[in-house]
Amino acid sequence: MSVDATLSFEEAMEKYDPVLGFEVHVELNTKTKMFSSAPNVFGDEPNTNVNEVDLGMPGVLPVVNKTAVESSIKIGLALNCKIAETCRFARKNYFYPDTPKNFQTSQYDEPIAYDGYLDIELEDGTVFRVEIERAHMEEDAGKLTHMGGAAGRIQGADYSLVDYNRSGVPLVEIVTKPIEGAGSRAPELAKAYVAAVREIVKNLGVSDAKMERGNVRCDANVSLRPHGRERFGIRSETKNVNSLRAVEHAVRYEIQRHAAVLDSGEPVIQETRHWHEDTRSTTSGRPKSDADDYRYFPEPDLVPVVASREWVEELRATLPEPPAERRKRLKEAWGYSDLEFRDVVNAGVMDSIEETIAAGASADVARKWWMGEIVGRAKVADVDPSELGVTPQVIVELNKLVEDGKINNKMATQVLDGVLAGEGTPAEIVEKRGLAVVSDDGPLLEAIDAALAAQPDVAEKIRGGKVQAIGAIVGGVMKATRGQADAGRVRELILEKLGVEG
Amino acid sequence: MTELKNELIRHSAADLAAKLAAREVTAVEVTQAHLDRIADVDGQVNAFLHVNSEEALAVAAEVDAARAAGGSAAEELHALAGVPIAVKDLIVTIGQPTTAGSKILEGWHSPYDATVVKKLRAAKMPILGKTNLDEFAMGSSTEHSAYGPTRNPWDLDRIPGGSGGGSAAAVAAFEAPLALGTDTGGSIRQPGAVTGTVGVKPTYGAVSRYGAIAMASSLDQIGPVSRTVLDSALLQEVIGGHDPFDSTSLTDPFNNLVAAARVGNVAGMKIGIIKELHGEGYQTGVENRFNESLQLLKDAGAEIVEVSCPNLKYALGAYYLIMPSEVSSNLAKFDGVRFGLRVLPKDGPMTIERVMGATRAAGFGDEVKRRIILGTYALSAGYYDAYYGSAQKVRTLIQRDFDAAFAQADVLISPTAPTTAFKLGEKLDDPLAMYLNDVATIPANMAGIPGLSLPGGLADEDGLPVGIQLLAPAREDARLYRVGAVLESILEEKWGGPILAKAPDLKNAVLGAVSNTAGGSN
Repeated sequence: MSVDATLSFEEAMEKYDPVLGFEVHVELNTKTKMFSSAPNVFGDEPNTNVNEVDLGMPGVLPVVNKTAVESSIKIGLALNCKIAETCRFARKNYFYPDTPKNFQTSQYDEPIAYDGYLDIELEDGTVFRVEIERAHMEEDAGKLTHMGGAAGRIQGADYSLVDYNRSGVPLVEIVTKPIEGAGSRAPELAKAYVAAVREIVKNLGVSDAKMERGNVRCDANVSLRPHGRERFGIRSETKNVNSLRAVEHAVRYEIQRHAAVLDSGEPVIQETRHWHEDTRSTTSGRPKSDADDYRYFPEPDLVPVVASREWVEELRATLPEPPAERRKRLKEAWGYSDLEFRDVVNAGVMDSIEETIAAGASADVARKWWMGEIVGRAKVADVDPSELGVTPQVIVELNKLVEDGKINNKMATQVLDGVLAGEGTPAEIVEKRGLAVVSDDGPLLEAIDAALAAQPDVAEKIRGGKVQAIGAIVGGVMKATRGQADAGRVRELILEKLGVEG
Repeated sequence: MTELKNELIRHSAADLAAKLAAREVTAVEVTQAHLDRIADVDGQVNAFLHVNSEEALAVAAEVDAARAAGGSAAEELHALAGVPIAVKDLIVTIGQPTTAGSKILEGWHSPYDATVVKKLRAAKMPILGKTNLDEFAMGSSTEHSAYGPTRNPWDLDRIPGGSGGGSAAAVAAFEAPLALGTDTGGSIRQPGAVTGTVGVKPTYGAVSRYGAIAMASSLDQIGPVSRTVLDSALLQEVIGGHDPFDSTSLTDPFNNLVAAARVGNVAGMKIGIIKELHGEGYQTGVENRFNESLQLLKDAGAEIVEVSCPNLKYALGAYYLIMPSEVSSNLAKFDGVRFGLRVLPKDGPMTIERVMGATRAAGFGDEVKRRIILGTYALSAGYYDAYYGSAQKVRTLIQRDFDAAFAQADVLISPTAPTTAFKLGEKLDDPLAMYLNDVATIPANMAGIPGLSLPGGLADEDGLPVGIQLLAPAREDARLYRVGAVLESILEEKWGGPILAKAPDLKNAVLGAVSNTAGGSN
């Protein structure tokens, strides 16, 4: 594999202006497939979720999945698109064994949603409007696994296996208009755009939106033109960039590669590119011209889809609050700083915090627990924080135990571990583990005497007014009581004993 | 016994149903009589590609058992329960092979039943077997079948029409009282015309297409083949109705067909002669029988008017763009990957494209290839608007012509085919001449309206059957049955019995010079 020359990103930006375009495929999470009654389930034994329609047997006919149409309309509305009153499916004809009929049933000149936009907020708060050209319905292809040969590609493979479970899974393909003016923020915008689409479809509940499972797949188009020129350069299309980070890296890499090609005086080749996560680079796929002839024609086996205005308005009324607006509202309500809120969002615990607050915790307490304790543990366990096993009720209960002075913060983290180990509710764990703040002053005074005697020089300093030295004595007491003492009370008692004002 | 069987096979489906209900005969007797007839004559006719004796007799026995049990088991039986039927081999059936008349599907068994087959099973109609056809229903003579041509029972050297020559010949030869056909441009009606039988293409969407191997999806329609108009009405009521598996099937049923076939008069009805569908290009004997039927209808009290559908002159041309375009896409799935024939390239690299290519080269006949190539061309970028796009516009114009015509007439009438049955091999090397057979039947498919062909007598010059076609507005299939039944009864009175009584006795017929393999599609 030859390595393409690249320019540094900064140099590329100095010389050229990038234009982007995205095709994002969203797999819908309907119960059944786009055109058949076979189950739409990920991860099952190959070729089990198929019937004669998905296999393209002779004589079969497609039937449109109404829920998929609803989901598509919802996506269109969430992307501020117009919804076509009637639209048709079309056949995209090409011979390839992942498509059992040797044509894909898609939409061509009559997409269900068109002319929309999405406002993308970048990290520093800059808002960038991405125009949506269309969102159309289609069916997914089967999954090919090429055996033998190199790199899992069909070229040179000994044979290929086909899993038609994915064949016929409903897809919505969202196509942007050319995105101009992003400049050096193009890679960041690319990532933010795909993240926003993913968030929207997840928030709508129409897709599982897991990029690692291919629920959301991005093809990224990149072209460069010299600054000041109107006409677009020749584009490349990097296929199936399947993580947010990869989208950013792929766009950055393609900008650098195009810049080097243009600098060399050669034309950029219009082609598809394959993204390689290991080398963070792309390699040439197949040439792609605008004249690829798929011999589209209206699908004669399906009648047009009619989306009455009443139906569209009914669906609009069911749309959840858009994620960006929701974030703005929650940030204000919770009173977090920009940094605090961004950390919460990036850690993926915004929903959990909202639920915890709803269960009775304050915004600060909820953030302290989720960000301070749970996120770290989730990372170690390699699961989403919300899937670790901590419910909002557990946090509310833990916090109450602390506020009531029954346990201290250190014990509370032990109780949390107990909850995660399945030992019961916080109260049960406090009981079982014998965790309780020692509030009887008797044993504490003994421990304080011992600690003072052990560190007479520190005691002297405190007496002399250096109250900040008290930590060493408190530490000794906590150690002696194995952490069960109430540190605040210990401090009070030490000061009392030494006759110093706190 | 032979006489009894001979008598049984000559009954209409309606008569057989009555005899079964009255317990004068058993379903097993009726079914066995037809199986015997197939054994006797199908060696000459070649109407059947597969005979389904065992299952047919088992279903018949079930019907007899239910009838013998009496009570609700007998009462719940469908009126046609025990009346056997043949199914065109384009329609998929569990338990029998389905070939579509093509080598590419040789030996293939469908894992599912077509909706119409499910309905036949629900009605407990024994399925006698699968009938021959032009490969993937592409042809007007059955000579394009990969399994040899079917022969016309009126003259074994002549074609039985196509693509549904097998179904029409089976019914004409008394091998079955009923059959299913499919009609994309006349494949039910034209074989009906040249074999002296009745064939109906229902309104597009009246009968589910689920399980009929698609030729041209926007034109295909399954319909009945029979010897009487009433029998076709009975069968259309069995197979019709909305099917959730076919989104182009109509949602509102119109099952007043049998009643319409029994009304018995046409007084006051306006019957329109389509100016463009007779006269020049039509055989004299065909034209004479057509005019005779017009006079008989007039005598029966109908008003005959003349209507013009000027855009019908473009119908054939537009059809030969739309049909092959859909064919090119519908037949793409036959590639050797998942089912049917797989042929490996003889030499060179073994890539998926080359396996697909070798399979399709070996599996498809010439006519199928011709249409795939035509359609691929018509849909290509740069040609789409001029070909497929223009053809769709013609289609709209044809629909408008019919709308205007039906404002002036309740039903329209024409000869079904321009000629009587031609000789095997006569038009095989001249696709255009072959295509012209469907000039009068194609317009109904283009407009989605229903059409019925019934025997109009024998042409004077060759003594072969002539078909009369009736057309009605979409969803008005009942009008076809009403007018068709009246014309049929007047004609039979004139003839002194059914036209098929005049057909030669197949047992004494001698095969002509043309061998069964002549005209194979390669």
